[in-house]
Amino acid sequence: MRVPKITHIIFFALAVGFLVASHYIFDDYSLRVLNNIAIFIILAVSYNLINGVTGQFSLEPNGFVAVGAYVAALILLDADAKNYQFDLESPSAFILWLHSSNFLLALLAAGVCATILALVLSFPVFRVRGDYLAIVTLGFGFIIKILAINYPSITNGSLGLSSIPQHATLYYTGGIAIISVIMVLNIVYSKFGRAMKAVRDDEDAALAMGVNTFAVKTTAFSTSAFLEGVGGGLWACSFASIVPNEFDFYLTFQLLIIIVLGGLGSMTGAILGTILVIGGGEWLRFLDEPISLFGHTFDAMPGLRMIVFSVILILVMLFAREGIFGKRELTDTFRWFGKRLKR
Amino acid sequence: MEFSLFLQNMVNGFSLGSMYALIAIGYTMVYGVLRLINFAHGDIMMVGAYVCFFGMVSLNLPFIAAVVFAVTICAALGIITDTIAYKPLRKAPRISLLITAIGISFLLENLFNVIFGSEPKAFIVPEYLQTVLTFGDVTVAISAVLVPIITLILLAITLFILYRTKYGMAIRALAFDIHTVNLMGIDANLIIAIVFALGSMLAAIGGVFWSLNYPSIEPMMGVLIGLKAFAAAVLGGIGSVGGAVLGGFIIGFTEVVVVSLSPEFSGFKDAFAFIFLILILIFKPTGILGYNFEKSRF
Repeated sequence: MRVPKITHIIFFALAVGFLVASHYIFDDYSLRVLNNIAIFIILAVSYNLINGVTGQFSLEPNGFVAVGAYVAALILLDADAKNYQFDLESPSAFILWLHSSNFLLALLAAGVCATILALVLSFPVFRVRGDYLAIVTLGFGFIIKILAINYPSITNGSLGLSSIPQHATLYYTGGIAIISVIMVLNIVYSKFGRAMKAVRDDEDAALAMGVNTFAVKTTAFSTSAFLEGVGGGLWACSFASIVPNEFDFYLTFQLLIIIVLGGLGSMTGAILGTILVIGGGEWLRFLDEPISLFGHTFDAMPGLRMIVFSVILILVMLFAREGIFGKRELTDTFRWFGKRLKR
Repeated sequence: MEFSLFLQNMVNGFSLGSMYALIAIGYTMVYGVLRLINFAHGDIMMVGAYVCFFGMVSLNLPFIAAVVFAVTICAALGIITDTIAYKPLRKAPRISLLITAIGISFLLENLFNVIFGSEPKAFIVPEYLQTVLTFGDVTVAISAVLVPIITLILLAITLFILYRTKYGMAIRALAFDIHTVNLMGIDANLIIAIVFALGSMLAAIGGVFWSLNYPSIEPMMGVLIGLKAFAAAVLGGIGSVGGAVLGGFIIGFTEVVVVSLSPEFSGFKDAFAFIFLILILIFKPTGILGYNFEKSRF
């Protein structure tokens, strides 16, 4: 455990202060957007741990988010609500028995389930590398969605779950976002973090230096899965309803844009990327509505936002491959400016 | 299983398998030369189906002419995506290429989504292809018979180009060692463009065939089919054209046979390709006909 530096304490205080103050400054709509941003910060930072810091191109966060969301939702819904909702098939006995109104317990269970899944999956997934790892994880993410659709007695099939208690207020999402950023940063700057970066930069060299690369990759994978599961639980409790189709490849794509835009491997980048993509996505919502330009009204073109995002992704990859922050953190950037000033 | 049902499944499996095979060839060839999983390939198939559809509806072209039109457009599109999104990244890490490929894929999907709407359109199947042939108890649409035959012809042409022409030799050399090929005075970028054009043409034909058998086209149709075709390419041994065809047929047959034998698994139909893919990558990463990873392909 490192001794916290004064800059870190200032950042922490600023984040907590902003969290409390935002309740007094913003209207309900902005608070909802902030809530989304907080959830996506958790997802992006944890995705960055496996994808940016460890360099394993996993395309599976959608699967873990789905597992977390379903576990949390099934725990929080009581038996009456389940009996009422399950239209396709009556819920199985285990699902009916499974109930607790403790929100934090449900979140923890969501995280733990995702972690267990990640630990099991890491055996097949890390037998392959590079592009193949990408396609295997993509396959698993897809299979999780197919399972959610095809077991209506557990998940209510493609109808999904609704009227999930909306426990996830901004205090919870923001608080957990701050905690997970601190947690991930501590991992990145620990012995494990250095091993992860070694695996990213040259896996064979790391192996030759005595790093147990499988253990390192599994640690990164399951830590990221834990946070993604928790994020999924928050997601379920924030939007109050979930359907399997929300958790397809599109979600992974969004997270990928976020971390690539911010800079693969940089946590500050991931946070800034989240704010830009989710906040910017909210701001660009006008693109999906009828546009009037020079007195001429164009029809609504739903999907225009996604075109803008894909073009941004391609342009970032072509012209600014390192993203906004590259592999640096905000504090590194300060240090870099400091050196410049001293000269 | 009754004999007639068996025959019916055989015909359907062959038909589905050859469509996967046509698309898988593009994946395998691009992977061979660039070591890139071209995520946009499935969407090029979708573009092929749409261009053929609009060629018939808007330009009043006859079906064959519309297919030729679609093939031309897709070949151009393949070359354009290569020039815009992949060429500047030749020396970049492969992950960057993969990300731009995903970007191109989403761009094409959403572009078509915005221009043509997300609701499925009914593909117009020419009447002479709707004729139903009856052999005893077995009834098949004539297109289900024509698709595998044309696939085999196209496969023969592809193999001829690869193994009997100068360009084919250059493609194989490129797959073997891209740096040495440049030293030998071969324009690597030109050869890569040819590979993209060839793969995209086959994908366009695959897309048209798909729409003939399942006459409903939508902007997202390429995603799942593309991923399954990629799974087929890996199953057969990525980099090997014959392997891609074999993998396509295996996955096509599995889907048809399993759904026909046990309909309760039909919900999992789309997952088979991925289960195959994962098993193959774990136990025999080179696939059925593939060579060792870093050695020659094709």
